[in-house]
Amino acid sequence: MARIAGVNIPTDKRVEIGLRSIHGIGPARARKLCELAGIQETQRVNRLTDDEVIRIREIIDRDYLVEGDLRREVAMNIKRLMDLGSYRGLRHRKNLPVRGQRTHTNARTRKGPARPIAGKKKSAR
Amino acid sequence: MARSVWKGPFVDGYLLKKAEASRASGRSEVIKIWSRRSTVLPQFVGLTFGVYNGHKFLPVLVTEDMIGHKFGEFSPTRTFHGHSADKRAKRA
Repeated sequence: MARIAGVNIPTDKRVEIGLRSIHGIGPARARKLCELAGIQETQRVNRLTDDEVIRIREIIDRDYLVEGDLRREVAMNIKRLMDLGSYRGLRHRKNLPVRGQRTHTNARTRKGPARPIAGKKKSAR
Repeated sequence: MARSVWKGPFVDGYLLKKAEASRASGRSEVIKIWSRRSTVLPQFVGLTFGVYNGHKFLPVLVTEDMIGHKFGEFSPTRTFHGHSADKRAKRA
């Protein structure tokens, strides 16, 4: 078990995969990290030496914004838009798509599950 | 794609003149503008602009945070009053 970047405990997967369980580290950064730390990507996390774990931890602390700090920054950016009274802020407030997508249909990711509308006719088959 | 940096921010020229004139005179009046496409520049901070939304000039007090955004972002062009209940549902 290896603790990297606060609370993250990646499993016995390959290093390249395990690192992705850290919020803010995706496929590209995971591979970059392995390269910088001089670790084989295909190595298992539970086979890492303490030294290697420390090296990864140092690189993350130095170069990348991850986990809580990253979440906070994203939330702050959204809050800024909302406080500004800009169009993008309004869309965030209403939980609607921000980047000009259609809302006549779809947009379910932002709107959540469809809510039934009282008295709406069911379409005849 | 983002705008090239070497071009600088886009602003309609007459805005600069209007802002300048308003600063020179006794401030505090709303500067009516139609140019929603113009970028908010640092020298506009503290001035109030009336940004046209196709209907009215909505007053926008420019703050530091707004720099880099476009004027149009602060003046919504659509009004949504919510959906009325279905007629048949009302009767029931």
